[in-house]
Amino acid sequence: MNDRVLLKVDHVTKMFGQDKRQFVALKDINLTIREGEFVALLGPSGCGKSTLLRMITGLISPSEGTVFYRGKPVQGVNPYATMVFQTFALYPWLTVLDNVALGLEARGDTSKQRFTQAEKLVDLVGLDGFESAYPRELSGGMRQKAGFARALAVEPELLCLDEPFSALDVLSAEALRGELMELWTGGKLPTKAILMVSHNIEEAISMADRIIVMGKEPGHIVTEFAVDMPHPRDRKDPRFETATDRIYAAIAGHTLPEADEVGAAPGSEGQTRMLPDASVSALAGLLEHLNGEVQKVDIYKLDSEVGLEMSELVQIIEMGEMIGFVVVKEGDIELTPLGQAFAEASILTRKELFAQRARRLPMIRWIMQMLHATPGKELPRKVFYTALLPEFIDELAERQLDIAINWGRYAELIDYDDRGEMLSLAVSNGKAVAAAG
Amino acid sequence: MALRERIFRVPSRGGALFTPGDAVVLLLIIVALYAGVRLALDTPDVIEGPAITLDPAALPYYTLLSIGRMLAAYILSMVFSIFYGYAAARNARIERWLMPLLDILQSVPILSFLPVVLLGLVAILPQQIAIELASIILIFTSQVWNLTFSFYQSMRTIPTEYREAAAVFRFSHWLRFKNVELPFASMGLIWNSVMAWAGGWFFLMAAEMFTLGARDFRLPGLGAYLQTAATQGDMQALALGIGTLILVIVLLDQLIWQPLLAWAERFKVSQVANDNPVTSWFLNALQHSRVANWLNQRTFAPFSRWLDRTLNRPPQWVAGLEPSTSGRRSLWGWVFLIAVVIGISFALVHAVGLLSTVDLAEWGKIAVGALATLLRVMIAVSIAMIWTIPVGVLIGTNPRAAAILQPLVQIAASVPATALFPLLLMGLLSVPAGPDIAAILLMLLGTQWYLLFNVIAGASAIPRDLQFTSALLRLKGWKRWRTLILPSLFPYIITGLITASGGAWNASIVAEFTTFGGETSQVTGLGAEITAATDAGNYAVLLASTLTMVVLVVTINRLVWRRLYRTAEDRFRMDQ
Repeated sequence: MNDRVLLKVDHVTKMFGQDKRQFVALKDINLTIREGEFVALLGPSGCGKSTLLRMITGLISPSEGTVFYRGKPVQGVNPYATMVFQTFALYPWLTVLDNVALGLEARGDTSKQRFTQAEKLVDLVGLDGFESAYPRELSGGMRQKAGFARALAVEPELLCLDEPFSALDVLSAEALRGELMELWTGGKLPTKAILMVSHNIEEAISMADRIIVMGKEPGHIVTEFAVDMPHPRDRKDPRFETATDRIYAAIAGHTLPEADEVGAAPGSEGQTRMLPDASVSALAGLLEHLNGEVQKVDIYKLDSEVGLEMSELVQIIEMGEMIGFVVVKEGDIELTPLGQAFAEASILTRKELFAQRARRLPMIRWIMQMLHATPGKELPRKVFYTALLPEFIDELAERQLDIAINWGRYAELIDYDDRGEMLSLAVSNGKAVAAAG
Repeated sequence: MALRERIFRVPSRGGALFTPGDAVVLLLIIVALYAGVRLALDTPDVIEGPAITLDPAALPYYTLLSIGRMLAAYILSMVFSIFYGYAAARNARIERWLMPLLDILQSVPILSFLPVVLLGLVAILPQQIAIELASIILIFTSQVWNLTFSFYQSMRTIPTEYREAAAVFRFSHWLRFKNVELPFASMGLIWNSVMAWAGGWFFLMAAEMFTLGARDFRLPGLGAYLQTAATQGDMQALALGIGTLILVIVLLDQLIWQPLLAWAERFKVSQVANDNPVTSWFLNALQHSRVANWLNQRTFAPFSRWLDRTLNRPPQWVAGLEPSTSGRRSLWGWVFLIAVVIGISFALVHAVGLLSTVDLAEWGKIAVGALATLLRVMIAVSIAMIWTIPVGVLIGTNPRAAAILQPLVQIAASVPATALFPLLLMGLLSVPAGPDIAAILLMLLGTQWYLLFNVIAGASAIPRDLQFTSALLRLKGWKRWRTLILPSLFPYIITGLITASGGAWNASIVAEFTTFGGETSQVTGLGAEITAATDAGNYAVLLASTLTMVVLVVTINRLVWRRLYRTAEDRFRMDQ
C-alpha cells in the first residue's frame, strides 16, 4: 500500500507576515494521497485550503513541516503536478490551442507535433472546433474545459483543481463535473490522482472518494470522510443526504456558550473573535426567511433557498449566532425567541433589539469605551486600525473596522464621518455607554 | 483619452510630503549637475554650428536626422525601461530606489539640464558627437521614466493566476517574457510610447536649435531648419518646415502608433469583447496584403522561431512565487555602496564649495528671477484655463462640436511648441515687451493642450445620471457650472494643471533668453539666469540657478499640486 503513496503532507504549518503582524494560515496539516484517489479539500472561505493546494504544487513553501512527493521533499514547483484554476488563468491573447500547446512548449517540445498532442486534448474535453478561438469568445464552461485540456496535456501525475467549478453558472458546472467524472472513472485521464479544493459540500460528495474537512482560525483539518458510493452518484440517494448532513455538522459545528461565541475584546487577554463579514440587512433577510419556516431548517439546503453562495451564508449565520438571533446544531438552524421578535418587529424596534445585543460584542464595546474615554467623544479611524493590527493583518483589520462601523451605525451606537475618517459616539447614546462601561 | 491616469502614478502613501528617499535623489541630482558643471570648465568659448541650408531638397535629409535622434533616444528608453522595470519588480532593494527617483524626475523641468549636459559633453567629446549625444540624452530623460514606470507597474499587476499558471506549467524565462509579461505590458508601453514621442519632439526641437552667443549648439535637423528660416525671415521655408514636421507626426501616428494600438487590443486582459476598439486602416491593409504576409513569412516568422529555439530552455527547477526574503548585502554590495557614498560626498563637498562662491547679490538675482518665472508660469496657465475649460466642455459634451473641433485640436496639439518659437520671436521681438510676451506665449503653447485634453476627458466622463438630474432640477448657467460641471472636472483640471505647469517651467529655459539673428534678448527670470550663466561661462551661477529651479518645482509640486490632487481624489472622484 505504502509504495503507492503519491503525496504526503507532513506536519505542515504556514504563516504569513512577520513579527507582530504574523498570522497562522494553516496549522499542523497532515494528509496523504495515494494513486487512484480523488480527494477533496472542503472548508469555508478563509480556512487555507487554497494555500494548502499551493504548497502541494510548490507555488509557495511551508513555514514548518515538509511536503513529500513520492517520498522526496517538494522544493520549487512540483514537476509532477499541474493545476486547473478557479478563474481559468488562460492567457487571453492566445487561442485555445496555443494556450494548451504552451505547456508542452515549456517542457521543451518545440516541434510541430506539440499541436497534434494539444489537439488531442482539446478533442478529449470536447472543445473540437474551437481550437482557434480566443478565450473571450468562449462561455465560462468552455474556458474551463480549455483549462482542463491545458492541465492534462502535459500528462501530470497529480491533477490539482482549485475550485474549478465555482466561477461557472450552475448548469455548466454540473455538466462539466459530469464530463470530468466520466473521463476519470473511465480511465481516460493520464493522471494518477486528483486533488480538488471546494467549498461546495454536494460537489465534493458527488465527486471525491475521500473528503478532508477543514476549519479556520487557524486553518486546520477537522476530520476526514470516505465516500463509498458508486459513480455516478445520485443526490437523492439517502446515503448522499446522510453524508451531507454529517459533513455540514462537521463544518458548521454548533453554537458555543456565549463567552466563547463572542470572544474577548481587542487588546485584552483571550482570542479576539473576528466579526463575520455580513451586513445587518443580510441578517434581517435571513431572519425573515427563517421566520416563515415552521421548524428547524437544514443549513445545506438554505443556500439554494435564499439564493446565496454557501460562503456568504456561513458568514450571515455566524453573525446571527454571535448576536444571539439564531442557534445552530448539527447542521440545522433555528431562530431564538429574540431572533423571532426581530424578524417581526418594526424598523425602530429592530434597531433597539440589535443595539442591545450588539453592544455586548467585545469589538463594539471596546470601540465605544475608547470613544467614551476621549474628551470629544471622537477618534480617528486610524487609532482603531492601529490598535487592531497586532491581532489582524492589514486588510483584515480594515475590513473588521468596516464591519464594526456598519453594525454600530445601524444600531445607532457609533457615528462615522467618512470624509474625515472619524468615529464618534452616536449622540443619543449616553446611557448606552454607561451600560457598556 | 485616458490622460488622467498618467500623473502621479507613484502612489502618494501616507501623509509625509518629503521622504528620506527624496533627499537622496536630490543629492544625486546635485552631484550629477556638479559633474556636468565641472566638466564644462573646459568647454571651448566658440563653437561653430553646422551650416544649415534652407533648400527644400535638404528637408528630407534633415527630417531623417531628426527622426533618427528620436528613434535612438526611444530605443535607449525602451531597453532601459524593460531592464529597470523588470529589476524593480523583482528586487525590493531596486524598487525602493525607483519610486523616489521616478517621482522627482517626473516633476523636474528636464530642459533645465540641457545647458549643463551640453557644456559637460562638449568638453570631453568631439563637438558634433557631444551635441548629438546631449540631444539624445535630453529626449531619453524626458521619455524613460514614464515608460519604466509603465513596465514596472505592469510587472507588478500581472494577475497572480497568470504568474501561477506560468510557474505550474514550468515556463522558461523566455517563454514567460514572450507569452505572459510582454503581452500584458504591451498596452501600457504602447500608450506611453505615444506620449513619449509627443513629448520628445518638444525637447528635440529645443535641442536642435539651441544657440548661446558665440557657441552654436545647433544640430542639422528640422529644428535648426525652422530656426534658420525664421532668422532669415524666409516665410516660405518656415511654412515648409512646419508642414514637414506636422506631416511626419501625422504619418508616424497613422502608420505606426494607430496600427500598434489596434494590434495591441488583443492584449487587453478583459474577458469581454470591447465595444469600440481602436481600429487602424493601415493595420487592416497590412493584414490583407499578400506582400506583407509574404515578408512576414520570410522574415519575422523564422526569426521568432529561431528565438524560441535558442532561448527556450526548459528549466530544471522552477522557483515558487513567494518574494524571496533576501538576506544581507554581499561583501561586494557593501564595497560598492561605500564607494558610491564616498564619491557622492566628494562631489557634494565640491558642489557646495562652488555654490559658496555665488555671492548674495547673485542669489538675490536668482530669487527675483524665480519669482518672475513663477509669475509667468501662472499667467500662462491662467490664460490656458480661461480658454480651454469652456472649449473642452463644449467638445466633451457636444458630439457635433467634437466632430468638427477634435481633429483640428489634435493636429494643432501635435506641433511641438518649441518648433513654433522662432516664428513667435520673429513676430514679437520688435514689439514693446515683445520678449516677455513671446516667453509667455511659448509657455502657453507648450501647456494648453494638456489642459484641454484633460478637460475634454473630464467633460465626457460626467455621469449621465448626474446630467439628467441637473436637467430635471433645471440647473442653468452659472449654477449648473458650479454644482455639476466644475466639481466633475476638478480632478481632471488638477491633473492637467500639474502637467501644464511642468511644461511651462521647461519652456522658460528656452523662452527667457534667446539668440535670434545674432541678437541676444533677455527677460528677468530663472530660465534666463540658467541660460545666461551658461552663455557667460559662470558655472557657479549655472549650478545655483539650475538647482534652484529643481528644488522650487519639486517643492511646489509637493506642497501645492499633490495636496490638490489628493483632495481631488478624495472628494471629487466619480468612480467609487
